[in-house]
Amino acid sequence: MTAQSEVIEVTLASTLESVEKAEELALEVCAKAGFDEEEQHRIGMAVHESIINAVRHGNKMDSKKRVGLQFFTLPDRVEIRIRDQGAGFDLSAVPDPLETGNLLKVSGRGIFLIRAFVDEFRVRPLKDAGTEVTLVKFRHMSNTIDQGGKHREHEGKNAPH
Amino acid sequence: MSMKAKTRRIDSVTVIDISGRITLGDDLAELRQLIRGLLSQGQKNILLNLADVTYIDSSGIGELVSGFTAASNQGGHLRLLSLTKKVQDLLQITKLLTVFEVYDDEAKAIASFSKATGA
Repeated sequence: MTAQSEVIEVTLASTLESVEKAEELALEVCAKAGFDEEEQHRIGMAVHESIINAVRHGNKMDSKKRVGLQFFTLPDRVEIRIRDQGAGFDLSAVPDPLETGNLLKVSGRGIFLIRAFVDEFRVRPLKDAGTEVTLVKFRHMSNTIDQGGKHREHEGKNAPH
Repeated sequence: MSMKAKTRRIDSVTVIDISGRITLGDDLAELRQLIRGLLSQGQKNILLNLADVTYIDSSGIGELVSGFTAASNQGGHLRLLSLTKKVQDLLQITKLLTVFEVYDDEAKAIASFSKATGA
């Protein structure tokens, strides 16, 4: 990260209340960074879904575990990093919710929506324990919704939804 | 704003007017119980009016799908009315617009159930 970036960092409890807190913060950061209302909504939703994954599937609502949230505002983009203390997950094992057999499944759309709403989506296991998810949204890019978005693979267990 | 849901009956159709945010949490469980309760009472034609829904997340979308499947499994129908642009976008990218019957006009939505049930 460059020295020019503005950084905001918070630590959240593994509760559903943290989801709204994180989303509100994302909206504030993105508004300040100059994203329009529609882009703010999309980034906010990507953060919403990422924090749900961290709290529910990563930390499994364990009150002893925390979720780390960082916003980096850079000249060309906003980067958002979410860290949990869970066992990790296999991104390649997450089913495609658009497949005919999955369309009527109740869950399994979270990561798909994250990918659709940001320009880059990266997942990596942390050295000690846990997973870090990075969301990147560039300024001045098309508002066109990208079905599935860009993504990179990593390793782990316990696929989130 | 948390979710609120009110029901009203028009002909053979139960309209559920939903407002606020349909997101993971207690509200979602209440919506599920409301729909299951209607189905168990034999009210199998359900129209979800989403005009005042400000936000829906992946769990909320899942709940709509769950209600749709529950109604279908009991010989009923769950349809959607008055999607906001945000909800419409979400249902489009998740291909669920190919699953749900969606209406902009309440009278037409109500009439569609008569055709479906032959009433």
